[in-house]
Amino acid sequence: MTALEASGTGTGPATDAKASVAGSTPVTPAAYNPRRDRRRKWLEIVIFVGPALLLFLVFVIFPMIMAARYSLYKWDSRQPFELAEFIGFDNYTRALMGGTDPETKEIFWKAYAQPFWNAVGNNAQIIALSMLVQLPIAMIIALVLNRKFPGRSSVRLIIFAPYVLSEVVAGLMWLMLLDPRGPVTEMLAAIGISDPAGGWLEDPQAGFWTFFFIVSWKYIGLAIILFLAGLSGVPPELQEAASIDGASWWQVQWRINIPLIGPTVRVWAFLSIIGSIQLFDMAWVLNKGGSTGQYSTIATLMVDIGTQRNDGGYASALAIIMFIFSMVAAITYMTIVMRRDNGARAGKGA
Amino acid sequence: MATAVKDDVKKRRSSQSRARTRLGGDSSIYVTIFVALIAVGLTLGPILFLGLGGFRTNGQIAEDPTGLPNPWVWQNYWDILTGSTFWEFTLNSAIISIATTAGVVLFGTMAAYPLARYSFRGREGVFLMFTAGLMFPLTVAIFPLFLLLQDLGLGGMWGLIIPQIAFALPVTVIIMRPFLAALPDELEEASFMDGLTRVGFFFRMVLPLARPGMVTVGVLAFLGSWNAYLLPLVMLTGRDAPTTLPLGVTQFQGQNAANFAGIMAYTFLAMIPALVFFLMMEKRIVDGLSGAVKG
Repeated sequence: MTALEASGTGTGPATDAKASVAGSTPVTPAAYNPRRDRRRKWLEIVIFVGPALLLFLVFVIFPMIMAARYSLYKWDSRQPFELAEFIGFDNYTRALMGGTDPETKEIFWKAYAQPFWNAVGNNAQIIALSMLVQLPIAMIIALVLNRKFPGRSSVRLIIFAPYVLSEVVAGLMWLMLLDPRGPVTEMLAAIGISDPAGGWLEDPQAGFWTFFFIVSWKYIGLAIILFLAGLSGVPPELQEAASIDGASWWQVQWRINIPLIGPTVRVWAFLSIIGSIQLFDMAWVLNKGGSTGQYSTIATLMVDIGTQRNDGGYASALAIIMFIFSMVAAITYMTIVMRRDNGARAGKGA
Repeated sequence: MATAVKDDVKKRRSSQSRARTRLGGDSSIYVTIFVALIAVGLTLGPILFLGLGGFRTNGQIAEDPTGLPNPWVWQNYWDILTGSTFWEFTLNSAIISIATTAGVVLFGTMAAYPLARYSFRGREGVFLMFTAGLMFPLTVAIFPLFLLLQDLGLGGMWGLIIPQIAFALPVTVIIMRPFLAALPDELEEASFMDGLTRVGFFFRMVLPLARPGMVTVGVLAFLGSWNAYLLPLVMLTGRDAPTTLPLGVTQFQGQNAANFAGIMAYTFLAMIPALVFFLMMEKRIVDGLSGAVKG
């Protein structure tokens, strides 16, 4: 309690200034003790919100703003993370269009724009495949498992387990299993599927699909568990009534269960899209996006450039582009797809 | 309709699953069990295979990649468990995750309290800012954050704990605010009548009553911190900072590339703490996630 107050007062001045900017004429709460001093109330607000707000402003908002600033600078590659020269939007045009170097007249489409668009394409493919492959599979499994059967709770537990593993250990596990001399290769060979020349992950074509399989292995449990949670909220009377009226199993799913868990599915899709844009850990663990970038993402490209090539300006531009993609996707999705869910919620007066 | 249904989920989940009818007839139960077995096999198979691989020698694996341990070799696990680094990395991860969780729950609940129960100018603005924070992933801010932490001299464990708290705050505040707002006003009035101040009310009434929400938020924060990779990866370059378990696994893999069985054993051991935690907290995690999705 004392430590708490100490940390509260310690962060007081900065947030106090912030708070008084935000509200110069504080409103006395009518519902609560009306005699309480306004100063007292603001002090309490500052003590309670202050530490969190300070941490948030310093370690989240400030670095975000700095990322935007750094993205307009050229870095001195000999001195990692030192601003050298203001170059406006050059880092962005490099990523988007390539261009020519003003000094050497060298065309750097290959060095900048090609890996960038390759990564963007991979991110986009993962989003599309999540909706076209993961969603139907997860939905079918959830619908089939949405009933009483022996060992049901254990099955749910097991299906969900990969989601809680770190991407690093899950990625390394698959790296081991998919090794050209490893068990998966041997097992598939036994049923007549021979491995591609460079191995399952390194092959320029198969590598991406292998990567998508691993990502799906890791994340499909989340979709199934969320859908099952949604399904458990569908009133059984509806399903009983429909089946008494002669609806088949499939008709009950299609007409009753799937529509009623629509909101859950739409929020899962939202999380999946944002997650796909920011995908990093798994791709990085699996050989940094692949030796030819067959499953590189914007994030792996960014970290690669930031840490290996020490080009913080260009890496920051990629970070901001990734942020803009997330933002645009989120806003578009919320206004177009999720509007009716929010409308329903607001209509309820929540 | 859908909203009304959604609100009842928590209350009715357990009773409903028991009452679920056998739609589609009796024989279809075999289809269900078949699908369940396939799903379990695909999920568990690779993990078991990894664990078994750790009980083999590199020679055994090279000779027959798909075989079972024959004979069973305990050496790989023994070497890791008697070596110092595995326990050191696990301890580091535990300290960092526990500290992160404590910070997230404490500061997040404190911040959510006025945002839920006081009325003041700028309240919605502050809440909106935290909400917007959901859109700011660590990935985007990683390099400026690295520089900032260097400038502030925040190395070692604090360099991981403090940013992790900051980045977990938005989701915490968003989950905790409706939770705290739902506490009945009568309770507050009665407490004030009994002479409690608002600060006293927070410590005496809010914290105990909000415990379920805090546990949920804490479990998610703990998992996030335990599994974190990018921040330790960037923060650990060229400095003598404590290695966390995920980073330790990749280091072991990098240093022992030829030791197939050893990597398998190490990776499998690194999975166990998270799996045990998951088994203990399964309901909290699922409720937390589906609650977050629905909220």
